[in-house]
Amino acid sequence: MQSIISVSGLTKTYASGFQALKRVDLEIRKGEIFALLGPNGAGKTTLISIICGIVNASDGTVTVAGHDIRRDYRTTRAMIGLVPQELTTDAFESVWNTVSFSRGLFGKPADPRHIEDVLRSLSLWDKKNNRIMTLSGGMKRRVLIAKALSHEPQILFLDEPTAGVDVELRQAMWEVVRKLRESGVTIILTTHYIEEAEQMADRIGVINRGELILVEDKVELMCKLGRKQLTLQLHDPLDAIPARLAEYGLTLASGGAELVYSYDTQGERTGITTLLSELRDAGIRLKDLNTTQTSLEDIFVSLVREPA
Amino acid sequence: MNLHAICAIYRFEMARTGRTLFQSVVSPVISTCLYFVVFGAAIGSRITDIDGVTYGAFIVPGLIMLSLLTQSISNASFGIYFPKFTGTIYELLSAPVSYLEIVIGYVGAAATKSIVLSLIILATAGLFVPIEIAHPAWMVLFLVLTTVTFSLFGFIIGILADGFEQLQIVPLLVITPLAFLGGTFYSIAMLPPVWQTVTLFNPLVYLISGFRWSFYENADVGVGVSLAMAALFLTLCVAIVWWIFRSGYRLKA
Repeated sequence: MQSIISVSGLTKTYASGFQALKRVDLEIRKGEIFALLGPNGAGKTTLISIICGIVNASDGTVTVAGHDIRRDYRTTRAMIGLVPQELTTDAFESVWNTVSFSRGLFGKPADPRHIEDVLRSLSLWDKKNNRIMTLSGGMKRRVLIAKALSHEPQILFLDEPTAGVDVELRQAMWEVVRKLRESGVTIILTTHYIEEAEQMADRIGVINRGELILVEDKVELMCKLGRKQLTLQLHDPLDAIPARLAEYGLTLASGGAELVYSYDTQGERTGITTLLSELRDAGIRLKDLNTTQTSLEDIFVSLVREPA
Repeated sequence: MNLHAICAIYRFEMARTGRTLFQSVVSPVISTCLYFVVFGAAIGSRITDIDGVTYGAFIVPGLIMLSLLTQSISNASFGIYFPKFTGTIYELLSAPVSYLEIVIGYVGAAATKSIVLSLIILATAGLFVPIEIAHPAWMVLFLVLTTVTFSLFGFIIGILADGFEQLQIVPLLVITPLAFLGGTFYSIAMLPPVWQTVTLFNPLVYLISGFRWSFYENADVGVGVSLAMAALFLTLCVAIVWWIFRSGYRLKA
């Protein structure tokens, strides 16, 4: 697939000596939703800030649709909308004025129709004449999104968009994101809510201590790193695991009422079929069975965990 | 040139002026009126004419300059410091605008406001003393040059400042004393010779003198020198602003 943002060898060392990014390479594909995961201070915001022009890189290059972000900053920045992590707003301005200001700032002629559409899609239309300082935190977040969408960007950065946002608004927000994706907008988001990344993203990147430790298609990532567990509920509880089943590494649970079998989804054979036939041969009858898969959260935790 | 962005910044800043109309316009006008009541009417009537100009009329250009200088700095420094303070500057930095466009927007708005203000003060002064302007074109030239220069200066202060109190330090502790000592209320010819020489190191002398010349054709220093100095200050401020944006100093990490 065609890549729209291309990051290569990106390094950032702050004046304090802190190295926020260490030679990061990343390709963002056109039209995808890319989720960037990482603990606090991992370098997520620095990476976004460099691409958007807020922070200068120490080394490396970034191109957006083939344009260098320094040399052709007008072209690249006009394509990008940014929703920052902090709720930074012009407290005394009205919603309508601040969103219209953003459109002008990004070089687009005034278009009240478009601003109206954006405000309506974010349920801000009723509040258009309110001063921003009178709005709730969730509403301010929407204003920031409206500002980012005011100039019809082709790429949208959402830096922790759902931090401190209630469930209803979060769902409304993802609805907007989905519609944008359908219209061809590329979306890069950072989030702490891993279930959101799992739910929304096409691909996932994990960044830790300034290094991009993994970039993977979400489904493949879940398969590759995901282990599955098969839980068998037995008709008659067992006291011990029969010797002939020793090679499967089974464990007993619920006081002998359940047998748990762990297996790798990537393995050549899962061993489920043979296990089941062996159980039948051993005369063990089953009441029910279910399988569970490692969540992205488990994968994430195991990736960024400090080496012991 | 991103004209839409320049307009957006300019309108945004002018809207801010509109919201703070009282402190922006009314208070400088009131303080100027007070100067006229005290120095023009009460004390001024006991002072003899200076170079054939009544004392009340003599102080008009200096008073306008005083407001112009402090207001240009305050307006421009606040305009750029506030987004830095609230964090909304992220949008400016991530927008497809050049440094020149940002400066034109902010400095243009600050200068517009200061010029409108000085015209209001001029009109107010006209209520107290008869005013004649010998060289209107020169007057406008000095007005614009000075406003733009000091708005740029204020812009620099706004970028360098770390807190709101620092925004006030330069107008209060540097500009106001220099304007008072630079011939706002007297001709430097009235000073002892040694102090006349010392005063020539005060850059505001040249601006006030040139501005007064455009009104009454009398000046402490030659009008050409005044103009050259005004142009020099402007160049200096442009150079500093250019360097700040080029290096990202205090703006970008």
